[in-house]
Amino acid sequence: MGEALRLEALGIGALKEVSLLLAPGEVLCLSGASGSGKSRLLRAIADLEPHEGEAWLGDTARSSLPAHQWRARVMLVPAESHWWAERVGEHLATPPSEADLAALGFDAGVLGWEVARLSSGEKQRLALLRAVAVLNERPAEAAALLLDEPTANLDEAMTRAVEAWLSERLGERGWPTIWVAHDPGQVARVAGRHWHIEGNRLVEKEPRAWT
Amino acid sequence: MDVIALAWWQLAIAALLVVALAGCTALMRLGVGRSLLIAGTRTVVQLALIGLVLEALFAAERLLWVALMALAMLLVAGREAMARQQRRLRGGWAFGIGTLAMFLSSFTVTVLTLTVIIGPEPWYRPQYAIPLLGMLLGNTMTGVALALDRLTESAWRQRAVIENRLMLGQPWQVAIGDIRREAMRSGLMPTINGMAAAGLVSLPGMMTGQILAGTAPGLAVKYQILIMFAIALGTGFGALAAVSIGSRRLFDKRERLRLDRLAAPRS
Repeated sequence: MGEALRLEALGIGALKEVSLLLAPGEVLCLSGASGSGKSRLLRAIADLEPHEGEAWLGDTARSSLPAHQWRARVMLVPAESHWWAERVGEHLATPPSEADLAALGFDAGVLGWEVARLSSGEKQRLALLRAVAVLNERPAEAAALLLDEPTANLDEAMTRAVEAWLSERLGERGWPTIWVAHDPGQVARVAGRHWHIEGNRLVEKEPRAWT
Repeated sequence: MDVIALAWWQLAIAALLVVALAGCTALMRLGVGRSLLIAGTRTVVQLALIGLVLEALFAAERLLWVALMALAMLLVAGREAMARQQRRLRGGWAFGIGTLAMFLSSFTVTVLTLTVIIGPEPWYRPQYAIPLLGMLLGNTMTGVALALDRLTESAWRQRAVIENRLMLGQPWQVAIGDIRREAMRSGLMPTINGMAAAGLVSLPGMMTGQILAGTAPGLAVKYQILIMFAIALGTGFGALAAVSIGSRRLFDKRERLRLDRLAAPRS
C-alpha cells in the first residue's frame, strides 16, 4: 500500500533542520502562530521555493524525480485555492466519483459551475476534490498529502464531513499527511501526532491534550 | 521620375508650426509643450546625423561598415526594448533576451530578404540593407518589448494561480501556458492589426515615401507587401524566441516560479 514520507534536515526561513518520518497513512498535525512558517514548510516539502534538505517518499528521493512528478505525488493543497479556467470541470482531467462529490456536499452538476460564483467554502472543498482527483489518476503509485488549513472556511458540519472523508481516503490509500490546523478539537480528532512550531524549532505535543 | 528637392527653409516652415503648436499647448497649460519641443529638436538632430552616416555608408559600400552600423542599431534596439518593460528580468537578462531575440529574427529575415528575394549587388548594399533592417528592428523591438512586458507582468499578477498549478503536478510549461499565449498575442497584435488594415485606413509609411519619391504605385505596393511579411516574420519569431527564453528564465531547474528574478517596477 502506501509509502512513508521522510524529511531530512529541511531548512527554510527561520526553521532549520526539520527531520520527520511519517508512516503510510499517518496524520501529523502542524500548528504554530501565524507567520511561524507552517505554510512555508509545506511549500519547501513540495519544492516550491529554494531551501535546504531532502525529502523521500518511500525509496524515492525527491531530487531523483523531475519536480512536477514529485508534486503530482506529494500533493500540496494551499489554504487559498486558485482557479484558471471558467468552469469547475475544466480544472479536472478526471472528474471525481459521485460518492466523493456527495461526501463533500456536491453532485455532478458542480462541474458545470462557474468558478467566479463559488463561495470560499465551496472553493476549499472543490480544491480538495481536485487534488485527490490528481492523485487518483495513478492509483498504483504512492503519494502524500500536505493540507494547509483545509477546513478554515467551512462550518462545523462541513468541517466534520471533510475530516471524515479525508481520513477515509488517506487511510485507505496509505497517504502520509501533514495537516496544518489551528483548532485543538480538530487536532484531537484527526492527528496521530502533533507538532507545534515554537520559534525556529518543531516541538512534539500530545495531540489530544493541546490547548 | 523627378523628386522635388526640399530646402532647409521649407523645413523651417514646418518647424515653426510645431513651435506654434507648443506655444498653444503652453497657453492652455496642457503640460506637453516642453516635451514637444525637445522631441522635435531630437528628431532634427538625430535624423540629420543619421543622414550624414548613411551618406558616408552609401559612398563606402563596405560590408564591415554595414555590419558595424547593424550592430549599433541592434544594441540601441535592445536597450529600448528593455526600457519598455515594467518588471524586467534581473542580471542583464532583460537586455540579453530582447537583443538575442531581435538578432535571431531581424537579422535572419533581413539577410534572407536581401539574398533570396531582392538580390541587390552586392547583397549587403547599404541602400537596401540599412533601411530594411531598420524597419524590421523597429517593429520587432515593439513586438519583443510588448511580449516580454506582458509575460513578466502577468506572471507577477498571477503567481498564485501558476503556483497552484505547479502544486497540482503540472509541468512549468503547462502552468504558464496561458500566460505565454497572452504574451505572444500581445507581441503580435500590432503587426496583425497593421497587416489587416493596410491600405484601408492609411497608406503604410514606406509605400507613401516611395510614392512621394516618384516610384510607380504598383512597385511601391510590391515592396510594401514584402516589407510587411518580413516584419510579421521578424516580429513573430522575435516574440516567440523572447517568450520562450523569458518564460524558461521565470522558473529554475526544479520548476519553481522564481519571481525574485524580476526587478521591482520603476515608479
